Amino acid sequence: MEKYGLYTPRVAPQKEYFAAGHRACVGCGEMLAVRLVCKALGKETIVINSTGCIEIVSSLFPDTSWEVPWMHTLFENSAAVASGVESAIKVMQRKGKYADGKVNVVAMGGDGATLDIGMQALSGAMERGHDFVYVCYDNEAYMNTGIQRSSATPYGAMTTTSPPGKKSIGQQTWKKDMPAIAVAHNIPYVATASPAYPFDLMEKVKKAAATKGPAYLQIFSPCPTGWRSAGEISVKLARLAVETGAFPLYEVENGKYNLTMDFEKLRPITDYMKPQGRYRHLTESDIVLIEKKLHEQVQELRDKSSR
Amino acid sequence: MAKKVGTEVSFAVADAVKLADVDVIAAYPITPQTHIVEKLSEYVADGELDAEYICVESEHSAMSACCGSSATGARTFTATAGQGLELMHEVLTIPASSRLPMVAAICNRALSGPLSVWGDHSDLMGVRDTGWIQIIAENGQDVHDLTIAAFKISEHKDVMFPVMVHMDGFHLTHVIEPIVIMDQEDVDKFLPPFEYNNKLDPASPVSQGTYAPPHIYPEIKKAQDVALVNSKETIKAIWKEYGDLFGRYYNPIETYKTDDAETILVTMGSFSETASLAIDKLREQGKKVGLLRVRLWRPFPFAELRDAAKSAKTMIVLDRALSFGGPAGPLCSEIRSAFYQEKNRPQIISFISGLGGRDIDPEDFEAMIARGEDIAKNGSDSEYEILGVRE
Repeated sequence: MEKYGLYTPRVAPQKEYFAAGHRACVGCGEMLAVRLVCKALGKETIVINSTGCIEIVSSLFPDTSWEVPWMHTLFENSAAVASGVESAIKVMQRKGKYADGKVNVVAMGGDGATLDIGMQALSGAMERGHDFVYVCYDNEAYMNTGIQRSSATPYGAMTTTSPPGKKSIGQQTWKKDMPAIAVAHNIPYVATASPAYPFDLMEKVKKAAATKGPAYLQIFSPCPTGWRSAGEISVKLARLAVETGAFPLYEVENGKYNLTMDFEKLRPITDYMKPQGRYRHLTESDIVLIEKKLHEQVQELRDKSSR
Repeated sequence: MAKKVGTEVSFAVADAVKLADVDVIAAYPITPQTHIVEKLSEYVADGELDAEYICVESEHSAMSACCGSSATGARTFTATAGQGLELMHEVLTIPASSRLPMVAAICNRALSGPLSVWGDHSDLMGVRDTGWIQIIAENGQDVHDLTIAAFKISEHKDVMFPVMVHMDGFHLTHVIEPIVIMDQEDVDKFLPPFEYNNKLDPASPVSQGTYAPPHIYPEIKKAQDVALVNSKETIKAIWKEYGDLFGRYYNPIETYKTDDAETILVTMGSFSETASLAIDKLREQGKKVGLLRVRLWRPFPFAELRDAAKSAKTMIVLDRALSFGGPAGPLCSEIRSAFYQEKNRPQIISFISGLGGRDIDPEDFEAMIARGEDIAKNGSDSEYEILGVRE
């Protein structure tokens, strides 16, 4: 780490396009991810943002954190708005009404905006083959409205609409496999990423942006407020999620899976779950069940990667 | 030379859009809008129109894509009807508040349920308060001219609002009429290129659609309302320019034999032409009746309406939509509001008819006028009456 100042400028641009001074919670993993995504994308970028934490903390009128063109309209339609932007640039460049050159059209939203309410718009945009990147920041619940469960919430997790009780474990369903749904659209690039692995994340963003056609990224985004965890361990939690198999890092290029981070032995899931209040109510047998399922999922990804 | 051809009204919309050289079309098929988008698809496929046609997966995404397209500076068009307009509803307020120019052809259709693909004004009334400029066409020539003019209105720097051109589903969209299709040269003379100052462009980054807490939201909404109200003068000027150039004039309130009329029938849309036959017949009988049609639904032309109905003792308003359990048909509510503060206000009678594609014949209009005059004289038990319904 003592050589950090020496080598970092060589691998990551210093220019920020997501400016400091936004209103996110202390320890927000999502904003860290947004910052890295913007760094990787660079100046020639247009961001279409769904309603949610990112939009709210960065755009209180008349302030803005965005140093690239940015547009917010609604919650569930960013992929569709991006379709319009991408098509407009395409036709206007053809007609000589818009500056030539590659522009990264990037739609972004949270897991609720992506896996739930905006999935139809996203599916449509991926199916149509627009040249754009969709980034889902996955903090595993509706955090902006006060920690309600989404289809990305992990099994057993406590949220305000999946409270554990005498008749419930908390979240009763397993996390929806959105990257697999994206892959099923036969798009050229799908990847998961984590702010705990910033260079891997930025490489994947660059790859996604360079891909001709739709690319889908799902980025793990620790939320201390929603997960009932300490703000200073967000990056550590993000790392533990990868090391325990809770959020494996992989990419799928033209249908070919590649586990980008693998371990001979996954760490026990309790290392990841214990620091989070949202899992506090789980029993030992619950945890065994969850660990078994996660290990199976990682094995499945390994199998797919070796094909 | 522009020439008159026999063509389907839907095709006259498509031709107007082609003549406007739109950049992006985003639309989802729905009856009775389909012929418009099919024709446009053909124009794009044949290279007659250089545009991106986005075959979106829903009307919600159609309007969303239109927002993105317009914000990038592209001339933008969509078309829909009925349920499609309802599905768009959430998105409709965005281009109005973000001042994103675009034109939408709305093929007015009844709302479910029960399911009906046929025409009335329920969809139109449902989007009344979304902040769009809303223009009503009565025939195929209107549709063609008003669509071309709508692009100029929408993109004018003093306006910058999205514009809906409403046309009755089937009664208008699917009929074949003699229509003067404009020349490209004439349209190019009339319609300047779209220049959007705040476009999404990495060379000059802007943030669009930031959120507003209570300390600023009302100011933004007032600014929007003032701008929409003020757009009326520009709309009138652009229609006048169109008339001066091409000989066909359009007005916020259109009148027929109203000069000395004591009874004025008020209509909106394609049924107005049928109504005029009833007016002719009653005039022959020496009755002082006239017809007034609302062309500009939003911003509502209050002054023009009051001016046009100066001589009226009774106004009989036909609505083709219900405001369930409300004070009157939605159009009639507007007319009543317009006259409430007047010293010598006419009696204003509300009728609802022609729902879900039900025809209204000239004889029905005669009966409507007779019943309206009867209510004006003797009163009625109800706030409004639904006519032409079996009971």
